[in-house]
Amino acid sequence: MSTETTLAPSGTGGNGSPGPVRTHRRLPRYGVAALYLGGVVVGALLSALTGFSIALTVVYGVVLGTLAVYLVARRVEGRRKATDRLVTTVVTSAFGIAMVPLVSLVYTVLDNGLGRLDSAFFNSSMLGIVGEGGGAYHAILGTVIITALTAAISVPIGLLTAIYLVEYGTGRLKKAITFLVDVMTGIPSIVAGLFAFALFALFFGPGIRLGIMGAVALAVLMTPVVVRSSEEVLKLVPNELREASYALGVPKWRTILKIVIPTAIGGLGTGITLAVARVIGETAPLLVTTGFVNGTNLDPFSGRMTTLPTFSFYQLTQPGFPPEFGIDRAWTAALVLIILVMALNVVARLISRIFAPKTGR
Amino acid sequence: MTTTSAPPGPPRPTRRLGDRVFAGSATGAGILILLVLAGVAVFLVTEAWPALTANSADLPNGKSLASYVAPLVFGTLVAAVIALLVATPLAVAIALYITYYAPRRLAATMGYVIDLLAAIPSVVYGFWGIAALAPAMVPFYGWAAEHLGFIPLFAGPASTTGKTMLTAGLVLAVMILPIISAISREVFGQAPALHREAALALGATRWEMIRMAVLPYGKSGVIGGAMLGLGRALGETLAVAIVLSASGGITFNLISSSNPSTIAANIALNFPESSGLAVNTLIASGLALFLITLVVNVFARWVVTRRAEFSGAN
Amino acid sequence: MAKRIDVSDLDIYYSNFLAVQGVNISIEPRSITALIGPSGCGKSSFLRSLNRMHEVIPGARVEGKVVIDGQDLYGPDVDPVDVRRQIGMVFQRPNPFPTMSIYDNVVAGVRLNGGRLKKAQLDELVERSLRGANLWNEVKDRLARPGSGLSGGQQQRLCIARAIAVEPEVLLMDEPCSALDPISTLAIEDLMTELKERFTIVIVTHNMQQAARVSESTGFFNLSGVGQPGRLVEFNPTQKIFSNPDEKATEDYISGRFG
Repeated sequence: MSTETTLAPSGTGGNGSPGPVRTHRRLPRYGVAALYLGGVVVGALLSALTGFSIALTVVYGVVLGTLAVYLVARRVEGRRKATDRLVTTVVTSAFGIAMVPLVSLVYTVLDNGLGRLDSAFFNSSMLGIVGEGGGAYHAILGTVIITALTAAISVPIGLLTAIYLVEYGTGRLKKAITFLVDVMTGIPSIVAGLFAFALFALFFGPGIRLGIMGAVALAVLMTPVVVRSSEEVLKLVPNELREASYALGVPKWRTILKIVIPTAIGGLGTGITLAVARVIGETAPLLVTTGFVNGTNLDPFSGRMTTLPTFSFYQLTQPGFPPEFGIDRAWTAALVLIILVMALNVVARLISRIFAPKTGR
Repeated sequence: MTTTSAPPGPPRPTRRLGDRVFAGSATGAGILILLVLAGVAVFLVTEAWPALTANSADLPNGKSLASYVAPLVFGTLVAAVIALLVATPLAVAIALYITYYAPRRLAATMGYVIDLLAAIPSVVYGFWGIAALAPAMVPFYGWAAEHLGFIPLFAGPASTTGKTMLTAGLVLAVMILPIISAISREVFGQAPALHREAALALGATRWEMIRMAVLPYGKSGVIGGAMLGLGRALGETLAVAIVLSASGGITFNLISSSNPSTIAANIALNFPESSGLAVNTLIASGLALFLITLVVNVFARWVVTRRAEFSGAN
Repeated sequence: MAKRIDVSDLDIYYSNFLAVQGVNISIEPRSITALIGPSGCGKSSFLRSLNRMHEVIPGARVEGKVVIDGQDLYGPDVDPVDVRRQIGMVFQRPNPFPTMSIYDNVVAGVRLNGGRLKKAQLDELVERSLRGANLWNEVKDRLARPGSGLSGGQQQRLCIARAIAVEPEVLLMDEPCSALDPISTLAIEDLMTELKERFTIVIVTHNMQQAARVSESTGFFNLSGVGQPGRLVEFNPTQKIFSNPDEKATEDYISGRFG
């Protein structure tokens, strides 16, 4: 690192420069590296005792190296610096450990899903398919239809509720709605599915399965997300702008429509896109509401409908015979789902960047 | 302080039609939310009612409703608690690493990646659990049954497929990890710079600065985030349905192949083939799940609001 | 066009808190009236009650009368929105609409009120208002640029142009120069002197030199004590207020012996 940092004690003003700043003795970087290297070597030997493995070597190496650095640092640099080093290592390794499953997840999906990412997957449904081939055409269309319906229900309700909370709400009703929106955010998705089922079963009997039921279930999940994010964004619009508009003799509703919403449009768009991303991958509520078919059904008001997540789930759990083709389709569907969610996230970023208020200040 | 007695109602301002319509529909939307939530409760109770009042011999297990739901509640809680115990420390580490240890330029990207991971559909986590995690855990289960068998948690016999309660808990942990770290990262990042700089100016090391200025500030935020993660883990359906081999009753043995199922997974697996009273019973279990998550969420909100009141930040 | 304002026995409340009590004042048309006084004494509340802007704050209400050329602003069937169209307002911090261009900012009042004018009429309105606000020469080549890209003083003049574009009868200004540098302040003061030919102007200011420079009449507001409501202590021609005020409190405040 630098020359005045040595393992040997330098004594007070040993270099003939008794500056006003006390220089602490510090471990040189190569010393730390050497200690870790030693840890890895010993770790390799230890793991060789039980049959050599790289993972075990790394684990032993990090543990032993950290221990050695801590002990040496404690002697040379003092307890506080040593603790700091120890915590740095612990935090960094915990971060490393946590990244392993997340990286593994992405790798596994890519590895298994890329194989069937072909045009047939997007062009054909599962109608009459046994074994090889087939695709998720019907499921992708189902997802698009149901998600669009969900958004059509949730966005107006969510946006209006947010407007109520920010612009009109007072007193107890506002408090009650805020609280219940919070509670709704925590509703388990399967419970939302059961709600939609119970609602429709009451009118159409227990065997009912419709695309619109799925949209209702998802709307229960999506609306509170839309309310929350829209509320945050609307609160950010400065009151000065509302006052400026009122002072021009503009009625409140026009002020909201023409001043408040245009100012917040970027944030609103971002929030809604993220809310769509949140529900597009929901599976559980659709299992109990939309059912499952092999063919394409474009009418959400009649008959069962397949969506990408339920397609993926059933292809994995009931792959048919021989199973590998179904399982491949399941992984590809999962991959497409992830790509969709990522794309929506990127779109959300773009929206917030493009519509960011152009303040010259 | 000059106050007046109850003010005479101000003359009602004349309001425009547009204003009335707009205010009305906004208020209506808010009230609709109230109704929907009430509806969720009412419809669940209505559909669960036949099971709650049914003759116990008619229920799917031929015994009482309580004995049907109890193992499911137990399984739900065990899986969620494992997830919480594993995920929270790691999530705090991720958050600390990104906010205070990682190189500046990397930190923003990593924060973004964590946000993206939080958005991955849960069914994908289930896929990963069954394809990658479960097989990887099998050798460990064998070793644990052999050497740690004296602990009831690892009593064995070890599962040979890896489809155990511990695997389910770990999958849930990985799933809620990005959620908790995203929230923790936010509160750590908001720790007042003034306090942090004050700590550093006193000659504190980085860890001492974090302990003095960041952790106390972020503590209730982390708790709130963990509670939200717990809520997600309790309600998670498919990740568990895919990785858990559910065929047993209440047991603390985490590594065997007979485990209690969780409420949500049990509904997802059995609902499509059920009819009659079985459906009502599943809905009754869903009602139980609703109540559990409700308690957790209300508690989480309470913790988070309390923090908002004390931090003085607006 | 400019109108006379008569205020009698005006009390302003925030919920149950009486903020301003018993104001009686007559504001002459085509003049500048300045309101001075220490912070928190209710001058801004009073100003905002003149175009019912204070009603935006939940719980705020008034008792008493504000009459503009014979019409009671707080009459039972008067719409506050109509009041605000007649009585424009300029705020402390310049607040052009960030999503709109300079051009759109100027015509915002007309457009948002549903007025349908032809393009030529709009162009004419923009030029007239910007000229009226002494801003035309500075921005005529960049009317399509966002209004928030201007300097603070230009933004404030843009806000004045926006306010006069709806052709109000009265212009209220709430510390319009407090966020501006001296040169921009001077520009706004010059502008006010021109505008008083057409409008009745009421300005709240903390700057006593400004009040002395621009206004014909000055009102001094003060609190009679902590927690007490603010009152209009004295209202007189500016010259008299600054040379020979009737009230001891006014003299103390003006000569800096306040508090």
